[in-house]
Amino acid sequence: MIARPPAKSRAILRRFAPVLLLPLGACNWVVMAPSGDVAMQQRDLILIATALMLLIVVPVMGTIAWFAWKYRAKAQAADYDPDWDHSTSLELLIWSAPLLIIIALGAVTWTSTHLLDPYRPVERLDPQRKIDPAAKRLQVEVVALDWKWLFIYPELGIATVNELAAPIDQPIEFKITSASIMNSFFVPALAGQIYAMPAMQTSLHAVVNRPGTFDGFSANYSGAGFSNMRFKFHAMDQRGFDQWVARVKASGQRLDRATYVKLEQPSEKVKPIYFASVEPRLFHAALNMCVQPGKRCMDQIMMTDAQGGAGKESARDTAGLRHDGTIDVGGYHPVEPGKKGEIAQPAGMTPAAERTPAERGNQAPGQQDHEGHDGL
Amino acid sequence: MSPHPASENSGIWKLIFGRLDWSSLPLHEPIVVGTFVMVALGGAVVLGLITKYRLWGMLWRDWFTTVDHKRIGIMYMVLGLIMFLRGFADAIMMRLQQAMAFNGSEGYLNSHHYDQIFTAHGVIMIFFVAMPMITGIMNYIVPLQIGARDVSFPFLNNFSFWMTTAGAIIVMMSLFVGEFARTGWLAYPPLSGIAYSPGVGVDYYIWGLQIAGIGTLLSGVNLIATIVKMRAPGMTMMKLPIFTWTSLCANILIVAAFPVLTAVLALLSLDRYVGTAFFTNDMGGNPMMYVNLIWIWGHPEVYILILPLFGVFSEVTSTFSSKRLFGYSSMVYATIVIALLSYLVWLHHFFTMGSGASVNSFFGITTMVISIPTGAKLFNWLFTMYRGRIRYELPMMWTVAFMLTFTVGGMTGVLLAVPPADFVLHNSLFLIAHFHNVIIGGVLFGLFAAINYWWPKAFGFRLETTWGKRSFWLWVVGFWVAFMPLYVLGLMGVTRRMRVFDDPSLQIWFQIAALGAVMIAGGIACMLIQFAVSIKNRDQLRDTTGDPWDGRTLEWATSSPPPDYNFAFTPVIHDGDAWADMKKRGYERPLTGYAPIHMPSNTGTGIIIAGLSVAFSVGMIWYMWWLAGLSFVAILAVAIGHTFNYKRDFTIPKDVVERTEGERSALLATQG
Repeated sequence: MIARPPAKSRAILRRFAPVLLLPLGACNWVVMAPSGDVAMQQRDLILIATALMLLIVVPVMGTIAWFAWKYRAKAQAADYDPDWDHSTSLELLIWSAPLLIIIALGAVTWTSTHLLDPYRPVERLDPQRKIDPAAKRLQVEVVALDWKWLFIYPELGIATVNELAAPIDQPIEFKITSASIMNSFFVPALAGQIYAMPAMQTSLHAVVNRPGTFDGFSANYSGAGFSNMRFKFHAMDQRGFDQWVARVKASGQRLDRATYVKLEQPSEKVKPIYFASVEPRLFHAALNMCVQPGKRCMDQIMMTDAQGGAGKESARDTAGLRHDGTIDVGGYHPVEPGKKGEIAQPAGMTPAAERTPAERGNQAPGQQDHEGHDGL
Repeated sequence: MSPHPASENSGIWKLIFGRLDWSSLPLHEPIVVGTFVMVALGGAVVLGLITKYRLWGMLWRDWFTTVDHKRIGIMYMVLGLIMFLRGFADAIMMRLQQAMAFNGSEGYLNSHHYDQIFTAHGVIMIFFVAMPMITGIMNYIVPLQIGARDVSFPFLNNFSFWMTTAGAIIVMMSLFVGEFARTGWLAYPPLSGIAYSPGVGVDYYIWGLQIAGIGTLLSGVNLIATIVKMRAPGMTMMKLPIFTWTSLCANILIVAAFPVLTAVLALLSLDRYVGTAFFTNDMGGNPMMYVNLIWIWGHPEVYILILPLFGVFSEVTSTFSSKRLFGYSSMVYATIVIALLSYLVWLHHFFTMGSGASVNSFFGITTMVISIPTGAKLFNWLFTMYRGRIRYELPMMWTVAFMLTFTVGGMTGVLLAVPPADFVLHNSLFLIAHFHNVIIGGVLFGLFAAINYWWPKAFGFRLETTWGKRSFWLWVVGFWVAFMPLYVLGLMGVTRRMRVFDDPSLQIWFQIAALGAVMIAGGIACMLIQFAVSIKNRDQLRDTTGDPWDGRTLEWATSSPPPDYNFAFTPVIHDGDAWADMKKRGYERPLTGYAPIHMPSNTGTGIIIAGLSVAFSVGMIWYMWWLAGLSFVAILAVAIGHTFNYKRDFTIPKDVVERTEGERSALLATQG
């Protein structure tokens, strides 16, 4: 905690932050005015770091303008000295002034990076309310699909697509992966982003403090449907959340492996979908890229490799290791799964109408029988 | 999932044309067709004029086959300028799309076209605008500044230029035949893998960069050797002009970093062509390896771009303040420190990929540490102005604009280096605003300063100032109008590479940004007019002295433009500001005692190999294996054949030197 400003100055910062943000008017500067404690601390850090740097940047820019004016040729400044090119004391100053700022900023960086590590369970709900980091957290498993988000609530046994909800003041632990392409899971009002990557799991710990509906999206370009890979995050009180869970459960649909395989096919602008129940360990299978029948799980492969490999006979069983090319990315997929190297068609050579998945019917399974319920 | 019937190449067609067929021509994209018609007409006119005025022979003899570092430098600048117009066209199309695509509107670009545009914009601006232009400036100026007659390896220099041009041609070809990558400018897998980008776009990307990368790497080797081995007597390393110092560091970075790019693209090619699994999800590949490798090249690349321009700003500030550069040695050490540190920061491009807190902190802090030597440089420029007499010619105006603009860009850069702040700003438009703030405010403003500063040296007349000032103000104001809204949008949580938006309150900011882009377009137009007007009025703008700015370094000691051999006598150096020192000591130009000068001969080998490389790349991109194989064999044959060419040099006879120098004496005499 060494480099964090004392509580008093933080309180001042907090009081004046809205004033600083006045010119923003009605616009929603969500990064500067978030609703979750983690994002709030990240906002504070932006303000602290900027203030630290302005300590040196403002005088420097002022001096540039001043010298540029004062020493213009027309002014014929009397102290012109064409051979003056060294001053040890000035040299010391120009190296040490930035150094001091960077020492301060480096200390802030070291502590804040550790405190706000997305893998670290939150230790407070807000500046006033500490909590035990080992306390129970709402578990949410996130899978980035082309081009929508799947959220699984393993403890509640439910899942949703493109709609996320959580009770306020309840620590949340996200476990994040992707089915094919790199994406980045980002709800600016809640906390910073973290990448969703195939066959890898990232984590994010966060808590939301204010009820409301916030934007979430992918912050890393992932192909044609990327712009519409958005969802709403609903923060609500416990009662509201319980009702939401009940509504999801009332949908009656089950997310099993077969449904997942259909769901992971590329689709765009997907409306929220509710699943009342989820096949156990589906996230584990998604993470290890073995939801489809016949695919071998990454963790098994790694275990086999760690034990010295599967021997020569495994060369015959490569189909189970093919995890790419099993998803038809929007009609420009060249080959049948497992048949590599035969490229029939350069991507996107066909007229736009045939090409865009949206226009080939982007209905994800379950979507059609679903009653509209956006904007809770 | 079935292949489209229209494209089922079969039999003999497939053998000859690979995967190329009529559907590869983007006839369904009216914008591309229109562009093609314009380019074809413009190209036909240019070719017609060259033929009409019988310029082909002159072009081939004096330019295409030249090994003169000065002519090659100018050709690099022309290449950079042409590609800049293409890259900017991409930029303004993006700004227009983003300003339109609100309230359910899809804008005017579909994702297939838009995603190519932002990829091409990044690739072209970095590899085919900034790189050729800095290479061009270094090529032209470095040998002159160190009193050399050419670079160490003159043929290699010509070859490097043509390989860079070949890369540019490959990328430009993708506009009209096939498509370009839709992956973003660094082509992260798995998206750039064959499973998710099966078309020719990524292959165009790979081969364009690989071919150009050969040119960049070899020109780096060449300039290092030149600076290390060919300095005039007396020019110790600590008497090296500061631009040459920064060029040396940049070229060391090129030689150390570009092989990494070559390797990582080669691995990606193996994944795409022969089914290896380095970066795939298949078979235990790992895309994060690609991300690490590409940024181990990518971050030094940023300093490859900016370091030579830091040198330009140093030269300009010192010259136009009529004063020695303040803190020369700390400037040199700052450059070296930046060059070293640039290898220790690559992970800051992906703090958000789940590294631990200690790793993130380490890379965050090393990134911040770079701001210390950079800050020291800024102070050095500041104290060079202090107690000076600053002449506000165009190069100095660009330099002051740079100092103010770059400071802001540097500050937002350090902010992004704080990992938890990066978690909310990564990939946002705030990041876009930041790197345009340093690349436009640093690299481009520096190039404009350099062009205005050294143009009289290259062509013997100054650039006129009225249009130059119009261009300056439109550029500087346009930059702020175009990119401040992007900072704001980043703080609103808007991410990059979006094609359509659903929050109508954002639209006004994109419209302001588009207005800024239009102002920049005006700045570019004014700059082109400035060139045209200057060429038209070249007699009024003529500089006969060779030293129009009261320069301080050796390039101003010779005539403008310099003779083929640069210096009739190799100068002897006693001071860092060699030419200022010579002038102060009352240097007299020697008028007798000339000797024949040994020079390298022209050769067409460079352009021939580069042309064959284009053919090879087309073969690889379209799977025309016969073409790739034949071209590759031909490349080897020409390269080996060139080693049997013993007519590598010639001697400029003494009387030609005498005549050339005599003409200069007469010209100088008219000055009085």
